[in-house]
Amino acid sequence: MNAILNALEWFGRSEQWSGVDGIPNRLLEHLWYSLLAFALTVLIALPLGLLLGHVRQGRLAAVSGFVVTSSANAARALPTLGLLILAVILTSAGDLVPILIPLVVLAVPPVLVNAYAGVQQVEPGLRDAAEGMGMTAPQVILRLELPVALPLVLLGLRTAAIQIVSTATLAAYVGLGGFGRYIVDGYARQEYDRMAGGAILVAVLAVVIQLVFTALRRFVVSPGTRLQYAGS
Amino acid sequence: MITFEGVTKRYPDGTVAVDTLDLEIPAGRITVLVGPSGCGKTTSLRMINRMVDATEGVVAVDGKNVREIDPPTLRRGIGYVIQQAGLFPHRTIVDNIATVPFLLGWDKKKARARSHELMERVGLDPKLAKRYPAQLSGGQQQRVGVARALAADPPIMLMDEPFSAVDPIVRASLQDEFLRLQNDLEKTIVFVTHDIDEAIKLGHKIAVFQVGGKLAQYATPEEILDAPADDFVRDFLGGERGIKRLRFFQELDAEEAAEQATEQAAEQRAAADRPEAGSTAAER
Repeated sequence: MNAILNALEWFGRSEQWSGVDGIPNRLLEHLWYSLLAFALTVLIALPLGLLLGHVRQGRLAAVSGFVVTSSANAARALPTLGLLILAVILTSAGDLVPILIPLVVLAVPPVLVNAYAGVQQVEPGLRDAAEGMGMTAPQVILRLELPVALPLVLLGLRTAAIQIVSTATLAAYVGLGGFGRYIVDGYARQEYDRMAGGAILVAVLAVVIQLVFTALRRFVVSPGTRLQYAGS
Repeated sequence: MITFEGVTKRYPDGTVAVDTLDLEIPAGRITVLVGPSGCGKTTSLRMINRMVDATEGVVAVDGKNVREIDPPTLRRGIGYVIQQAGLFPHRTIVDNIATVPFLLGWDKKKARARSHELMERVGLDPKLAKRYPAQLSGGQQQRVGVARALAADPPIMLMDEPFSAVDPIVRASLQDEFLRLQNDLEKTIVFVTHDIDEAIKLGHKIAVFQVGGKLAQYATPEEILDAPADDFVRDFLGGERGIKRLRFFQELDAEEAAEQATEQAAEQRAAADRPEAGSTAAER
């Protein structure tokens, strides 16, 4: 209880709100790493998941389900901190690349798995109708499968975003900024109010992201799709 | 006109779905492909719009081999209705109906106007336009499916068991209205069903398939009822062939009577969702 009160007091200090080590600057840094990692994740995992889910026949279809699920399991078992240190050794410390690698590796599986599963679950009859009316493969993916799979796709994106935001604290370990600075520095200097303050900031950010995705879902998922989910 | 010339569909595992099929499907008429499951009737239908490609032989539409037309272009020119309607859950009814016009790049306003016109045509309440498929009954969804296939006014319609997922009463009224609609439109329709009664009621010509993808008989309903080609067709018609014949010729009389009363047609359409409308009353 005392720790939280101390942290609240820490938030109240005016020096927390300006300068390089101020909350606004650390927030921007944190968001910047997160946004970069998220964008990379979406760029890699979303098209791949949609495409693998779309292919239902032939050799590729038989392999892709196995690849998607096992890559997801493998990635879940990877130690993020270990991966970060490996990335630092392999690249140069202080650079953005080492932190982006573990974040993307962590965030790709939920996006990939959910996009894949969402598209796989689209009824074969819908696909048949779409193709029978003359949709090309990209049209089937973009006009039918993606919109119908959207609730699951968004779930994957949300999971990825929250994991990235929480894990971006690790950036501080390799000399970068973000909210992780408070945790790492607080620990080093034994300033526990600072540490708790950093932890609270990360938690609040995660909750905000959750809310953003809840709002996004209302906005982009067709009411018809939501009705269908409610009906079944 | 659609022609099948020595068409065979063989799958890699050796199964023959359709076996050297020769068939001439007349323009402007309803041709019904009927038979038990596994007889190749659906495969035959799907070879017309290249959802399935034939292993041997030629399927031609108006003399042109369908293999020479790329599938999306071919399919946009052919109406397609399937069982369970296959409506897109995320699109409103108007936008579902406008699917093909949108694909053809019609102006949005024009495509939606066409949708509204078709909703009226197939007997759907205009209030349903902004609803989603999940909010409609099975019968209503099937009407949307028919309207969607008609949207770009294709000369040919392929219908794969379109009415088999609804209850018998709704089915009867959908069939009656479909016949009325076809009277005006005179599309070339290929209709697949496993229900011989439906085939007799709707078909100008009926192609009876048997398991193994062989065509057992291709003739008018009268000819099939009067002179089944073999034991398979006789069995498939069932024990009540005499009753079916009687009913068939009675319905012909009823149709004549209905034609004399064309003025009532609009009224009937409004009452279409009411069970046992129109000519079925004459059966009693």
